[in-house]
Amino acid sequence: MTEIAVIDYGMGNLRSVAKALEHVAPEARVNVTSDPGAIAAATHVVFPGQGAAPDCMREIRARGLDKTIENVIASGKPFLGICMGQQVLFEHSEEGDTPCLGILPGKVVRFPAEAMVDAQGNKLKVPHMGWNQVHQAIVHPLWQGVAPETRFYFVHSYYVEVGEPGLIAGFSHYPFAFTCAVARANIFAVQFHPEKSQAAGLKLLSNFVAWNGAAN
Amino acid sequence: MLKKRLIAVLILRDGQVVQSVRFKHTNVIHSNAIHAIECFNKWAVDEIVILNVSRDAASREQFAEVVGNISSECFVPLTAGGWITDMEYAGQLLRSGADKLCINTAFLDDPELVKALSLRYGRQCIVASMDVKADEAGVRVMVDRGSRDTGSDPVAWAQRAAELGAGEIFFNSIDHDGNRKGYHLDVLKQVCSAVDVPVIAFGGVFQWQDLVDGIHAGAAAVAAANIFHYTEHSTKKAKRFMAEAGVPVRSEGSHELLQTLSVS
Repeated sequence: MTEIAVIDYGMGNLRSVAKALEHVAPEARVNVTSDPGAIAAATHVVFPGQGAAPDCMREIRARGLDKTIENVIASGKPFLGICMGQQVLFEHSEEGDTPCLGILPGKVVRFPAEAMVDAQGNKLKVPHMGWNQVHQAIVHPLWQGVAPETRFYFVHSYYVEVGEPGLIAGFSHYPFAFTCAVARANIFAVQFHPEKSQAAGLKLLSNFVAWNGAAN
Repeated sequence: MLKKRLIAVLILRDGQVVQSVRFKHTNVIHSNAIHAIECFNKWAVDEIVILNVSRDAASREQFAEVVGNISSECFVPLTAGGWITDMEYAGQLLRSGADKLCINTAFLDDPELVKALSLRYGRQCIVASMDVKADEAGVRVMVDRGSRDTGSDPVAWAQRAAELGAGEIFFNSIDHDGNRKGYHLDVLKQVCSAVDVPVIAFGGVFQWQDLVDGIHAGAAAVAAANIFHYTEHSTKKAKRFMAEAGVPVRSEGSHELLQTLSVS
């Protein structure tokens, strides 16, 4: 039986992630939990997140979840990071100068104020908030059935600069290209919110539930 | 690049969706908010805002319950507001399924709360709701469901809201609310050009052209309440109109795909 653990570290809205998973996988058990045992026992693990990097890392460490996440990833089971759950997988975040989990090489940086102008010379707002197109950089089971250039919902002021180009699974433009999805082995992680991206997001989540954690 | 967002607003009083006219809330539109959400989901709306306008703080629990119920059917961003006066209740709304908090009166009465919420949940989570009112003395920002005058002009207020940690401004006009004359465009324009954060225009939409005018005034997103409840496929039609007027809007997310996904 499919058992999906949604990692709860006391930040933000986990309910909508859980509800979206229940919607696409009515036969699966969705468990919002901070219990390392329950997370280790799940077949699929979702690491959502919202909020500021320093608080997130503090809450993760306070609950001993850093070790749990490392173990899950080492175990090879399908792992999906969302938003802050993508960012903290990397080494460091500019937000509050925060050391992160360092599971993936790279860092998290803020949209630079001086670059936030579009081709027509209009000033662009930060946070990057709204529906933006996602270019799929690789073929991956989680992109299956998701049309190229589909729009997903974003809300963030920081983005990932990967340390290895091979990690990039998708990118968007605001106004320059930035990485919005990364993949390595059993890890898939996205900056946008599939749980808030209507049909396309639900498709990605149902792909995740059907995924065995192999990269292709 | 980003599309312009179309937002449906649900005004709730004592758990029921009501019509709002100049901040008086009389007509019950839906007795159960979930029906409205189901429709908007099908009609390609980009976001949903749900506001508790009950006069009584005791409505807080019931409102959080409604947020919890609708969040199970809401697969677009959900913003909740009304009676957010402490960290605990803010956390409760987020745990119930809200993605963002819409905050109005605390920007006057408890700026420290706004700062603390923005630090804890991130700026993207904090939407500053500002209600403007015009009379002989000029245009000012009102708080507390439009009952108290801050004495502040809208531009200064919006800038201060962003400084305190708001990631978005939800602009409303008490004179235009439910009054079918379109957004309060001149003030909206001033606010949009005064802040770096996105501005959502609200209050007064009577025809789809009003939405287009809001975008031209500089809004990143346009919102309406009453008009969306009274027309079948309203948000879809609104988007079609906007697209034809040259406004970039998201057209994906058809209900058909949603349906194929739900039978797995």
